[in-house]
Amino acid sequence: MQQREARSRFEHTILPHLAAAYNLARWLTSNDQDAEDVVQEACVRAFRSFDGYRGGDNARPWLLRIVRNTTYTWLRRNRALEPALSFDESLHALPCEELNPEAIVLRHVDAGLLRQALEELPVEYREAIVLRELEGLSYKEIGEIAAVPLGTVMSRLARARKRLADSLGERLAEGSERGL
Amino acid sequence: MQTLLHPYLDGELDLMTSLQVEEHLRTCASCDLAHQNYLALREGLRDSALYFSGPATLQASARSAARRADAVSRPTLPMTSWRRWSMAAVLVLAALLTWSLTRIRTSPSAERLLAQEVVSSHVRSLMAGHLADIASSSHHTVKPWFSGKLDYSPPVTDLEAQGFPLIGGRLDYLNGRPVAALVYRRQKHRINLFVWPAKSGEKAAKSETVAMESQGYHLMSWEAGGMTYWSISDLDRGELSRFVKLYQAQSQPAPGVSG
Repeated sequence: MQQREARSRFEHTILPHLAAAYNLARWLTSNDQDAEDVVQEACVRAFRSFDGYRGGDNARPWLLRIVRNTTYTWLRRNRALEPALSFDESLHALPCEELNPEAIVLRHVDAGLLRQALEELPVEYREAIVLRELEGLSYKEIGEIAAVPLGTVMSRLARARKRLADSLGERLAEGSERGL
Repeated sequence: MQTLLHPYLDGELDLMTSLQVEEHLRTCASCDLAHQNYLALREGLRDSALYFSGPATLQASARSAARRADAVSRPTLPMTSWRRWSMAAVLVLAALLTWSLTRIRTSPSAERLLAQEVVSSHVRSLMAGHLADIASSSHHTVKPWFSGKLDYSPPVTDLEAQGFPLIGGRLDYLNGRPVAALVYRRQKHRINLFVWPAKSGEKAAKSETVAMESQGYHLMSWEAGGMTYWSISDLDRGELSRFVKLYQAQSQPAPGVSG
């Protein structure tokens, strides 16, 4: 009986955030089926550690942290994990904003191009962008989910955005050369 | 400077530092261009076409995953101390007493119930040719048709040029009241858009568009100009979102709605 109540409390808390869980897993695994498997496994883990969840009105960061860790374990087990970012992350000061040679101005960003550009980012950068821009989480929440300090969150976002903007710029330039 | 640009974009700076960044952007062309580009990038990223909300079966599989985890953890419940057992006994009693209450408390939220109604209504409208009471592709015909039947006038816009032709209108019954249903088409997909006056006195109107998925349909709801809107279709989320944005832009030339 107690268990049933725990389960319904769990469902009540977690189910509203399933789309966010799936979205993160899908972006990190780049595959529908894998994302579903990861979300299921994350739900099992979340259920087991639900006692450790101390309320708070927002269970989303809590769940996303579990999803994130589950995904990384899963990636390590099932794929050669993409090269992790281990150097030049937060210690090196970021260079001043350099203009592309083309000094391209992004106006309307095409969703298809953006999806490709985002898929090509290193997994840590992709994760930072998904949590910040798609989920609208704060640096603090992202830092807790990814288990990194705020400075790292900031530099990952900076680098991720720079790469996205550059790669969109290149794609747009290629497109206009081909007369698209 | 660039180290501050991102926390500035993300609203993570204190006021003084924000002002300094703004001042710098006024004088530094390269940072300003980067800023503009990052804003465009953000807008692109927030396009719902990039959001994977997952298959309709996700809820069910998450539930069953929890059930399995529950079943596995039950026999291995550690027998720690007498306190645990007495607590368990109290909880069993409490659970027995409040069992019916719990069932009510964990029932779906009002929003979810309404979404269910919207789905049912959409499915019904696609059955047995009851899609439109008034079949017309002209908003000049559809809008006045409602006037004798409802005590409000829903904004009817024609989005044919953008690929969402109007098919007609219909009276429907949702959320305990008669509502206007506008029917649009996208290729072979039908879109139902339900419109009714928002309840005044409800907590702050949701200015944002809320998206959800139910039984394989995508739903989006929002409030604007004192009206509540629910749209539903089997279109993918990105397409439905495009429809919603177009409709919002044409029916409410108010600030804050991007086209």
